[in-house]
Amino acid sequence: MSVPSSESHRGRVGLFVTCLADLFRPSVAWASVKLLERAGFRVEVPDRQTCCGQPAYNSGDLRTARRVARGILDAFEPFEYVVTPSGSCAGMLRLHLGRLFASDPDEAARAEKLAGRTHELTSFLVDVAGWTDISATFPQRVTYHDSCSSLREMAVRDQPRALLARVDGLELVELPDRDACCGFGGTFCVKYPDISTKMVSDKTASIAGTGAETVLAGDLGCLLNIAGRLAREGRPIVCLHVAEVLAGAENTDPVVPV
Amino acid sequence: MFDGREIVQFPEASVRALGDENLQAALRLLGEGFQARRTDAVERFSEFEDARDAAVDAKTRTLRRLHQHLENFEARCQEQGGVVHWAETPADARQIVLELLTSRGVRVLSKGKTMVAEEIGLNGFLEKHDIEVVETDLGEYIIQLAEEVPSHIIAPAIHKTMPQVVELFRQHHDQHKAEPFPRHTPADLVAEARAVLRRRFLEADAGLTGANFLVAETGSSVIVTNEGNGDLTQTLPRLHIVLATIEKVVPTLADGAAILRVLARSATGQDMSAYTTISTGPRRSTDIDGPSEYHVVLLDNGRSSLLGTPAEEVLRCIRCGACMNHCPVYGAVGGHAYGWVYPGPIGAALTPALLGVEAARHLPNASSLCGRCEEVCPMRIPLPKIFRYWRAKEHEARLNTVRARLALALWGWLAAHPRLYRLGTGAAMWILSRLAGRSRRYRNLVLANGWTRSRDFPAPAGRTFLNSWNRRS
Repeated sequence: MSVPSSESHRGRVGLFVTCLADLFRPSVAWASVKLLERAGFRVEVPDRQTCCGQPAYNSGDLRTARRVARGILDAFEPFEYVVTPSGSCAGMLRLHLGRLFASDPDEAARAEKLAGRTHELTSFLVDVAGWTDISATFPQRVTYHDSCSSLREMAVRDQPRALLARVDGLELVELPDRDACCGFGGTFCVKYPDISTKMVSDKTASIAGTGAETVLAGDLGCLLNIAGRLAREGRPIVCLHVAEVLAGAENTDPVVPV
Repeated sequence: MFDGREIVQFPEASVRALGDENLQAALRLLGEGFQARRTDAVERFSEFEDARDAAVDAKTRTLRRLHQHLENFEARCQEQGGVVHWAETPADARQIVLELLTSRGVRVLSKGKTMVAEEIGLNGFLEKHDIEVVETDLGEYIIQLAEEVPSHIIAPAIHKTMPQVVELFRQHHDQHKAEPFPRHTPADLVAEARAVLRRRFLEADAGLTGANFLVAETGSSVIVTNEGNGDLTQTLPRLHIVLATIEKVVPTLADGAAILRVLARSATGQDMSAYTTISTGPRRSTDIDGPSEYHVVLLDNGRSSLLGTPAEEVLRCIRCGACMNHCPVYGAVGGHAYGWVYPGPIGAALTPALLGVEAARHLPNASSLCGRCEEVCPMRIPLPKIFRYWRAKEHEARLNTVRARLALALWGWLAAHPRLYRLGTGAAMWILSRLAGRSRRYRNLVLANGWTRSRDFPAPAGRTFLNSWNRRS
């Protein structure tokens, strides 16, 4: 994938890749870089980033969470904008780092500053950059899964749909239970695998009910969960991150081949 | 009956619940029933968000000076001829109720729906002392016949299917009647319960109800019901006992009205419940009916110790049940799996406060933190934040598994060392990618068998993004 360099840029974006995109699905990060550059931003990927600390934060291990999140504070301090292709990680940076560091006024202040500059990818493109100049073709019937953190922590619902509406040939069919959790929940899916399985099975059934060939989402956690269940059920439905389709995903491999 | 200390293990109970076909059939109705009706009610009421703010404000003001409002309540209640009893523990509350009943020779107690009575294990206790307890709320009556406990705070028998109720009624009612009742529709069953219960109302020597709230400025207790059973319970017998917890007080009637505007809409999707009953003291000479004695038992049971902690906000709860109606975990396993009186998200937030973090440690973890509960909570209780608070307490007290603690510590150490993290994860992803072969998935992965028992595990791409990016630039 070639990444054009932009001379007259609108600002510097620090891309928070997220650990899942970094480790499992780099194409999501490449697609994010491509979209941000097309929108006129200079994208940098600070090398010190690893994870936002959510696994520890949500497990009650606040010391470990602080230790990991300090790396994020250091890595992203210099950037005007911090953008990430995940509602969940954006929510961690936007809403939870301040709470995590509440006992130390200096760190809390740094966390609050970072929070104000952090954006989920599609909401950054639409709400901050005001950019919807998508040039992509995806001649399929698709459905969209809203992640809980996108919906409830980042107020991301219309932004990905506004961008998808600009994709040639794409037909979006909404899920009937679109505000219901897919059962991923980070460590929840391994702590309570049976409940998680019930939740994801309800979700895959409703995805199948839409007749969509592809399901899109803005969070890799949900996508890995949904793709894993669809594959196990033998349903031939492709899973892709919304950024991949928006950046032109004709040649991207699905999360699990069907 | 709950003895107040025993709590079943959520992990095992939830797996059993997932395999219970009757329960699963009953739970399927949550979505079309409660959820859809609440959505409609909120859409019909354009001021809903403002009403929520007003209700939250009423309760927040209450909690800020709780002791003062309680003292006001006691003073006003006594001026009206009522008696207030203070109970610190469930045992204190049980003893107070028992003495009130035995000293007046009460043999049969009719009872409106109250979760606090479940919290203190009242029914079993009174029955041991030869006092017959008759539940008069239809759902409570059904589970009393079934010798079970409520699985939902406003729909206690929601886990029962209609055929199960028909069978219970057949077992318990037919012996008294030559000709069985017709049992074709839910309305038939309601009529049958009403006919049987009407006789019991008249036999009762005392009636016990809960309170949706208590009003400090008037010394009144307020209950809302849809069946009118609460009214019969508290007006027919000569003694009315109100059992309530201390956070139920609100300063004024207007504050109570603020709560009423959101309560039924959030609970059942009604604008108002069918009955809203305000009780102020015993019967006066000019009243046409009412009890000759009015007693209020106020229970703390650890609630006052929550004030000033991050879990304090659970005390705003008005027990509408919206959180459980919308919770995907409750919807999957039902209320009994939670193992104690209060199920669902509010139970997971409240139970650790009442029973201790150790006994209740599974409950705050039984959530994907999806946040739907907080979204629908009329009192804007930040339930996920409170789950995280209890999880941190659990971790502090080393109640989670050694395996989980080690995994977190190891991962945290690695994630705090980016260079090593890059090397380690780079190698691991390369290996995981290679071993997956052409299928690009794992059907079985030893360290993630919770995942792979029901899901394929997608193979990673191979080279991590940061390793590729750093190579590029």
